[in-house]
Amino acid sequence: MSHKKSNKDIQKGWLEKPRTLRMLWILLYATCALTVILELFISRKPHFGFDGFFGFYALLGFISCALLILIAKFGGIFLKRKENYYQED
Amino acid sequence: MSCFPPAWLLLLGALLVPYFTGKYRSWYVIALTGLTLYTVTALEPGTFWHVNFFGHDLTLLRVDKLSRLFGIIFSLYALVTSVYSYYMRDGNQHMSALFYIGSALGVVFSGDLISLYFYWEIMAVASVMLILARKNRASYAAGCRYVLVHILGGLCLLAGILMHINATGSVEFSAFTAQNTANYLMLVGILVNAAAPPLSAWLPDAYPESTVTGSVVLSAFTTKTAVYTLIRGFPGWEILIVVGCVMALYGIFYALLENDMRRILAYSIINQVGFMVTGVGIGTAMALNGAAAHAFAHIIYKGLLFMSAGAVLYMTGRSKCTDLGGLYKTMPWTMLLGTVGALAISAFPLTSGFTTKSLIIEGAVHEHLLWAWMVLEIASAGVFLHAGIKFPYFVFFAKDKGLRPGETNWTMLIAMGVLAFFCIFLGVYPDPLYALLPYSMEAYHAYTPSHLVTQLQLLMFSALVFFLFLPLLKRTETISLDTDWFYRKGGKLAYIFLDKAGNSLNYICEKCLMGVVRTAAGFFADAPARIALFVMVNIWLIAGFRGRHLELKKKKLYSDVLQGALPVGLGAAVSTAFIVLVFLIS
Repeated sequence: MSHKKSNKDIQKGWLEKPRTLRMLWILLYATCALTVILELFISRKPHFGFDGFFGFYALLGFISCALLILIAKFGGIFLKRKENYYQED
Repeated sequence: MSCFPPAWLLLLGALLVPYFTGKYRSWYVIALTGLTLYTVTALEPGTFWHVNFFGHDLTLLRVDKLSRLFGIIFSLYALVTSVYSYYMRDGNQHMSALFYIGSALGVVFSGDLISLYFYWEIMAVASVMLILARKNRASYAAGCRYVLVHILGGLCLLAGILMHINATGSVEFSAFTAQNTANYLMLVGILVNAAAPPLSAWLPDAYPESTVTGSVVLSAFTTKTAVYTLIRGFPGWEILIVVGCVMALYGIFYALLENDMRRILAYSIINQVGFMVTGVGIGTAMALNGAAAHAFAHIIYKGLLFMSAGAVLYMTGRSKCTDLGGLYKTMPWTMLLGTVGALAISAFPLTSGFTTKSLIIEGAVHEHLLWAWMVLEIASAGVFLHAGIKFPYFVFFAKDKGLRPGETNWTMLIAMGVLAFFCIFLGVYPDPLYALLPYSMEAYHAYTPSHLVTQLQLLMFSALVFFLFLPLLKRTETISLDTDWFYRKGGKLAYIFLDKAGNSLNYICEKCLMGVVRTAAGFFADAPARIALFVMVNIWLIAGFRGRHLELKKKKLYSDVLQGALPVGLGAAVSTAFIVLVFLIS
C-alpha cells in the first residue's frame, strides 16, 4: 500500500518551506508571550504561596519540560539498545 | 429499564460470530455492541442476580453510579471500535475482542469478589488472544510474556480474595479499609493490571505487538478496569498517591525515549493512569470523581490516538518514527483527528482532558498535597511533550520520508470522527459527564480565567521547549530497557545459570558415584577368584607344586571360579572361605 518516492521526487509541502517555518516560529513565540501577558488581566490565587509570582506556570512548563528532556536524554545513554537486542541470542 | 447483565450479552454474542461471514460479520458485531450500549444505559440501579455459590452469596449485577459510568464508556467505546474494525473480517479477533470487552463489563458490574475474579481472568485470556492475533514471532513472544505477568497478578488477586473471605466471611466487593496482607495482595494484583512499575513493562511490550484493531481495543479496558477496581476498593489509600506520581513521570520518561509510535502511546497510558491512581490515593470526592472522569475521557482520546496510529500502520505498514513523517499531505483527516486526540490528552482548553484532569489536580490542591500537585503539574507539561506534540509531529510532520499512502478507509475515519467529537464536546460542555460522576461534590467550573491562562502558559512553554530542544529529541532506531529486561534477559541468564550450575553438579555427582561403583564392581567381579587363588596357591606351594604346573593350576582355578565351573565341594569351600574372610574383616 505504501509507495515510496526517491528524495528527488519529494515535493516540499507548504509546511516545509522556510517562510512558513519562520512564520510558525514567530507564531509560537507570540503565543507564549501572549499567555504571559494575559496573566496581567486576571487575578490568580496561589495554591501554596510560592506559586503566586507572575509567570509561575510559564516557568514551570519551561523548566520541567527542559529537565524531562535532559533526564530522558541522560537516561537514554544507559537504557537505549539496538532494536535486535532481545533477538540476538 | 432492564436488569440483564450486559457482560453476558457480549460473552454469549461472541459465540455467534463464526456463524456470520464477510461484511455481515462486521455488521453483527456493530449491532451487538450497539445493543450492549443500549442495555447499559437502560440498566436499573440496584443489585440483581443473587446466586448462592458454595455458601457464598454472589451478586452478579450491581448497578450504581460508579459501575454505570464505566459501563457506559466501555460499551460506547466497544461500539466505536467495532465501527473502526468494520474492514476486518478475522472472526478470531472479533470474538476475542467481544470476550475481552464483555469480561471488562463483567468486572465493572460484579457485586462480589468471586465473580469479579472470574471475569478478571477471562479478560486476561481474551486479551492475550488479541495480542497473538498478529500471528508473528514478536507478537507470540510478547503474548507469552504478557500472560505470565497477568497470571502472577491474577494469583496475587486470588490469594488476597481468598484470605479476605477467610478472615471476614464476606465476598462483597466494597471499599477495603484494613491494612492487612489480604488487602495488600489484592492491591498488588490490581496494580499489575493498572501497569504500575515495576510490573508495568507488559503494557508497552505487548500492546504495540498486537494488530491494528487489537491495540485499539486493548488500550481501553485492562488498565481502566483496574482504575475502576481501585476507586471502588481502595479509595484514599495514601500509597496510591506515590504509585500514581511515579507512574505519571515514568510514562513520560520512556515515551520520550521511544521510537515506535504505538509504544509511545502505550507509555503514555501508564502516564495517564498515573493521574487516575493519584486521584484514587487522594480519596476525596473530587479526586475520585476526577479519576473516574479522567478514565472516561482517557478511553476516548487514547482510543482516538491509537486509532490514528493504527490507520497509519494500516496504510503504510510502518510504526517507527524514524520511518514515518510528512503524512499530513496524504492522510490529512487522520492527521487532523489524531491531533484532536493529542490536544485532548494534553488537556488543552476546549478538549476533554482540560475538564477532567483538572479535577484530580484540584483535588490535590484541596488536600494541600504539595508534592503530588507539583508532580501532576510537571507531568501535565510532560504529556504535551511526548503525546501532544511528539506523536503527531514525528508521524505526520517532521521530515517527509516520501510515503504517499493515501487516506485510510471511511469506517476508520467515522470511528475517529466520533471520538474526536466527544473529545471536543466533553471539553466544551462537560456537564453531562459531571452529572454522571459517582460522588457528590460541590459544583466544579473548569473554565475560570485563572485556570485557562495558567494551563495555556504551561502548555505553550512546553511546546516552546519541544521545538527549542528538537535536536535532542531526534529519533534513533533503538529500544529502551524497561523492567521486562529482568524476565527477558534475566530469565535467560537464570536459565543459563541453572543449566551450567545444576548440570555441572549433576555431572560431578554422576562421575563420583560411577567411579565408586565401577571400582567396587571391578573388585567384586573377581574377588572370589582372587581369594581362592590366595588360599590355594599357599596350599599348593606347601604341597610342592612349582613352575609351569603351578601356573596351569592357577589359571584353571581362576577361570573355574569366574565361570562357576568348580566341583560342588570346592565351590562350597571357597564360598565359606570368602564368608569367613568378610566376617574377619568386618
